[in-house]
Amino acid sequence: MSAVAFTGTSVMDIDAAKIRGAGSNVHFDKVSVAYGSHVVLHPLTLDIAPGEILAMIGPSGSGKTTALRAVAGFVRPASGRIRIGATDVTDLPPYERGLGMVVQNYALFPHMRVEDNVAFGLRAQGADKALIGERVKDALATVGMATFARRYPRELSGGQQQRVAIARALAVRPRVLLLDEPLSALDAQIRRNMVEEIARLHRSLPGLTILYVTHDQTEALTLADKIAIMRDGRVCSHGPTTELYRRPPNRFTAEFLGRANLLPVTVAEAVGSKGFATARHGDVVLTGAGRDEEAGDKSLLCIRPQHLSLTAGGEHTNRIVGTLREVHWQGELTHLVLDVDGTPVRVSATKLPVELPEPGAKVPLFFAPADTSLLPEDAGV
Amino acid sequence: MLVWSRPGRIVLWLLFALIFGVLFLAPLAVILLSSLADQWNGVLPNGLTTEHYTDVVQGQAWNAVKASLVTGFLASALALVSGTWAALALRVQGATLSTVLGLLFFIPSAVPSVSVGLGLLVAFSHPPLLLNGTIAIVMIAHFVLISAFTFGNVSAGLARLSPDFEQVASSLGARPAYRLWHVTLPLLAPYLVAAFGLSFALSMGELGATVMVYPPGWVTLPVSIFSLTDRGDIFAGAALTMILVAATLVLLLGLERVTKRATGA
Repeated sequence: MSAVAFTGTSVMDIDAAKIRGAGSNVHFDKVSVAYGSHVVLHPLTLDIAPGEILAMIGPSGSGKTTALRAVAGFVRPASGRIRIGATDVTDLPPYERGLGMVVQNYALFPHMRVEDNVAFGLRAQGADKALIGERVKDALATVGMATFARRYPRELSGGQQQRVAIARALAVRPRVLLLDEPLSALDAQIRRNMVEEIARLHRSLPGLTILYVTHDQTEALTLADKIAIMRDGRVCSHGPTTELYRRPPNRFTAEFLGRANLLPVTVAEAVGSKGFATARHGDVVLTGAGRDEEAGDKSLLCIRPQHLSLTAGGEHTNRIVGTLREVHWQGELTHLVLDVDGTPVRVSATKLPVELPEPGAKVPLFFAPADTSLLPEDAGV
Repeated sequence: MLVWSRPGRIVLWLLFALIFGVLFLAPLAVILLSSLADQWNGVLPNGLTTEHYTDVVQGQAWNAVKASLVTGFLASALALVSGTWAALALRVQGATLSTVLGLLFFIPSAVPSVSVGLGLLVAFSHPPLLLNGTIAIVMIAHFVLISAFTFGNVSAGLARLSPDFEQVASSLGARPAYRLWHVTLPLLAPYLVAAFGLSFALSMGELGATVMVYPPGWVTLPVSIFSLTDRGDIFAGAALTMILVAATLVLLLGLERVTKRATGA
């Protein structure tokens, strides 16, 4: 993998304004997709604001790629409408939608050089030769691949091919960029670098709306302004990334978006003016951030593994005790698995006590109320 | 590697050499020797000569070579166009229709070529489809017999082609015709060349249907070879066979080079 990085050139920056002006929001209006009698996407209503990165994540078969393909025009909705800007694109063929698309296996045309790949869309649209030259140069510079213009795709590494694929999509100045698991084929290290570079690219093209489909929560958390979590063809939660991570509305979201410890609790005191409720886990009274819980409600108290500490202090006013079962050292982090009244609880710690307890020992865990979230026990979806 | 032991590999190589030598090389070697034989009364020819080559070259050989090459080229080109068209069209149809129509394409290859020739002769011997006695009926016979192979080859290529290429092209604004010309066909190029090569080789060796329909003045190499050997002129027939093999080989090697250059392999 080369050390080059997305640089963001002037022409791209200038065009960001044009993209914004063109109306690049995406609106799903009760869009459903079915293959015969099998519904793969239940009526979906969702908005992606201009310049926003929306990450759709979910397990295989959850309908996220189907939703992207519906925007691209490769599957026809069984019902509902899709609008991009002010244009209803539901009945438009893919080549009239003004999109850019990057797919998992790059799909660079192997018989064309890098520069011809990048120029493809512009040539297909009959653009002026001088404009094509300028756009190709800019797009390649943006992704740091200007010196590879004369190469064939087979002469590039996976990461370089992905950059070219992004340059090819950007060269046509798309209203919306569709990224379908674009980093899945890369190895972990390159993937991490590419995520950061895509984030940098979007900062240099703030008007570009991106629909990013992935099953990788780290990519989604790093890149997205908003996340839609899909399950069984439905959106089970949708909202700003940090909000969804910090205050997951349901169990599936809590467990899919990062790791989560979910302690069963009974609400003892309803949510107060500061947004906290008191809840009982067995005999232990805990305080957690709530929404509209009432006393007596059965709930789950969500605590992220990195928010649990083996030492008391500061805002860590909640205390539970578990039996240490496993310790996994992973270099930067050490993962502990404890049993708290039959519920497995994971702790991710960067610092550990000098004398680590042996498996089987009782270990107190501390956490701050602000780092928790109460969610309804029965909200499986 | 399936066999690790050295003796095991030696046995396999010997087995391969035996099968390849007996089934593939021996008949060709006999034909080659026959084409150069002065007399052949024992195990090996009594003497060698190039006289048979001189005779066939001075006779009708070049006309036969020309007839075979022209027929092979035109029929293969026609089969390539229609086979590719059919493969592209059936790809977007439903599975049942695609399977049924695909099978229809293969029917002529399951029927004896003599029967195909007979069928064409009967079908095109009355107005308004009066083609009997024309070069066109030879072309049609070859086209019918080889189109299944072009269709099969191109279909196999399309099945291996990731839909991502065409979808990305569409998303970038390429209309169907532009996408076909600049993306689909170039990506299919190796399969198209292979299909053309196979069709051409089959056409060059086609006898059964041709012998039923060929008009005077359009005698292909296999028909000439058949005529010579039928008359008992085995050595001249062998010389003509070697010319057929050489012509086909030169063309197939040329096509392979073109494919390699096009795909950068």
